[in-house]
Amino acid sequence: MERTLKELKPGEKAKIAKVLGEKGAIKKRLMDMGVTRGAEVLVRKVAPLGDPIEVNIRGYELTLRKSEAENIILE
Amino acid sequence: MSLKFALVGNPNCGKTTLFNEITGSTQYVGNWPGVTIEKREGKANKFKEDIRIIDLPGIYSLSPYSMEEIISRDYIVNDKPDVVINIVDATNIERNLYLTTQLIELGVNVVVALNMMDAVEAKGDKIDLGLLESLLKVPVLPIIASKGRGVKELVDKALNVAQTAATAGLSSHSEIHNESIVKCIEEIEKSIVLKLNKTSGNSRWFALKLLEGDEKVQETLQIPDELLKEIKVYQDKLEKNFDMDIETIIADSRYQFTSDVARKAIKRKDQDSHLTISDKIDKVVTNRILAIPLFLAMMFGIFSVTFGTIGSFTIDFVDVLVNNTIATFVSNLLDSAGAAVWLHDLIVGGIIGGMGSMLVFVPQIMILFFFLSILEDTGYMARAAFVMDRLLRKLGLSGKSFIPMLIGFGCSVPAVMSTRTLENEKDRRLTIMLIPFMSCGARLPIYALYTAAFFANNQTLVVFSLYLLGIVVAILSGVLLKKTILQGNVAPFVMELPPYRIPTFKGLMIHMWDRGKGFVKKAGTIIFAAAVVIWFLQYYNLSFQAVSEPAESILGAIGSTIAPIFSPLGFGDWKSAVALLTGFIAKEAVVSTMGILHGVAEATEGSTDLLTALQTAFTPLTAYAFMAFSLLYLPCMAAFATIKREMNSWKRD
Repeated sequence: MERTLKELKPGEKAKIAKVLGEKGAIKKRLMDMGVTRGAEVLVRKVAPLGDPIEVNIRGYELTLRKSEAENIILE
Repeated sequence: MSLKFALVGNPNCGKTTLFNEITGSTQYVGNWPGVTIEKREGKANKFKEDIRIIDLPGIYSLSPYSMEEIISRDYIVNDKPDVVINIVDATNIERNLYLTTQLIELGVNVVVALNMMDAVEAKGDKIDLGLLESLLKVPVLPIIASKGRGVKELVDKALNVAQTAATAGLSSHSEIHNESIVKCIEEIEKSIVLKLNKTSGNSRWFALKLLEGDEKVQETLQIPDELLKEIKVYQDKLEKNFDMDIETIIADSRYQFTSDVARKAIKRKDQDSHLTISDKIDKVVTNRILAIPLFLAMMFGIFSVTFGTIGSFTIDFVDVLVNNTIATFVSNLLDSAGAAVWLHDLIVGGIIGGMGSMLVFVPQIMILFFFLSILEDTGYMARAAFVMDRLLRKLGLSGKSFIPMLIGFGCSVPAVMSTRTLENEKDRRLTIMLIPFMSCGARLPIYALYTAAFFANNQTLVVFSLYLLGIVVAILSGVLLKKTILQGNVAPFVMELPPYRIPTFKGLMIHMWDRGKGFVKKAGTIIFAAAVVIWFLQYYNLSFQAVSEPAESILGAIGSTIAPIFSPLGFGDWKSAVALLTGFIAKEAVVSTMGILHGVAEATEGSTDLLTALQTAFTPLTAYAFMAFSLLYLPCMAAFATIKREMNSWKRD
């Protein structure tokens, strides 16, 4: 079973293998923000209400929802 | 001949600070032709050459997915600025350079301004500027925009580049992409040059964009079908080789370049072994238990200061200044000049009285804008979005809608404008429709006046309740709209959380003034005109004779006609009806109208007279109803126009 970013716990780190999903605005946005193959992500924390999550990627802090993290496959 | 320098950079990289630093104070905000978005343009006054600086919207990429990106790209491609100054946040080089790679691909003259070098030093990192320059093959200059350091050198360099380019043409640019992609670009370039007779310097960029599948470029170039088929072959080949879609391949390739450059040019002191100050603040601010109470407490604190002692002090101060000192002075001046009675009444009662009852609230509104600027400039707004996203999603909105809504507490117009950062059209429309329910700064004078008259002991609490009322109505409307006319999927939420920064006082002042000056300008134009017209209408009757009782005037007639509509709400007198009518012109006009209609400026005691007058006309209950009605009935004309413009202006599909 492939692991996704959604399953990562705060403090855990992994490399991105692939971003799933249709071509389009959401995927492009993730690309532009540096969520691409080989990038290392570190999950910082989960928001107080349980969603979204905050990750560190390419040296900066990015927030995205669990539904989006689900499409990010890890190595 | 004047030179054009465009400023391009990621959001939050210090672009505006640099802009203000280069242009000094002579900036103005204008609209883009065709599409409406704030574009700033200023002159570089500190330099003897004639340089125009164009501040483009903060963007992460030049891909054609958000309006800001399209606008920036179109400006660079079509208007051809002499130099593009690309501001790069030195603390976040890897991602910032992604935009730089796209500027390099465009083949324009790029000068990189490496900002926030002080933060890099504080962290103990070292950046090899010479190496960075040789890897990017564009000039790189270190600056600290907030302290004005390196700015002169930057502009000098850009001038130098512009002059060299004018005589020698473009210098060679760095190759971003790997060999297999470059090969495809070159083949496509050959085809377009051959088939479309495109020999301009941009053909290589066009080739790359066509390979990337950029529909905007396909449209502008009007690519024939056979050529599209040819391009498709290259796309398929690459997609098969890399096992990814073509957009991802290109984006991937750019990031490989930037991470490579970052790795070579930056010597990091150590890898995230200790918590930064930003992390420590975040531990509290976005804490599981503390985050939401902290947010509410902060909002309540802001309201307490704005409407509490400090706020009322400023009101009293301006009140005495305008309604006593100035009114008496002008009155004496007019008397000694022997002015006619009607002129005396017009100036003292109409203009000074009408504008005065509004101007007293300017300091208070500035205080509110000041706090909103702090929230924004420190980076807290983004955290608020992070914390509130889950809640807003229940309404079918994203956390990103939260920022425009917060700005809506200042003024609906910039709030509606700021929805441009939302990529999802439905989200954007819904957010725009809900913004007018946020109590804007111009409604504040109404609340301040009525709460002072009727709820003097619980002023903060009552005003806070009105703000909450607006929010509740917005929530209900949001749910209703989402269930009916704006159905659709939940929009994505992918956003940067910028590091916390201590805002500079100068920056806050500029930010506050940028927002507040619209309000003052409105006071000078619309309110002035409204004050004159209202005074005229209440001074004369339908046969243009001066009346002794305002109730017999033209305004009295209009007011009495429509007043019955409002009587079920508890304020069916003609003065309230007229005030609400003028409130459509500008919300703050409600107060000035009340001022004129109750003949306040002629009294010497200042606005306490208006309070007394209101106390006889309203009860606490009807006063609350009046405030609630002013909040909910209609946004002002300016907001109305902006909403209409924004709702039509952006159709992606």
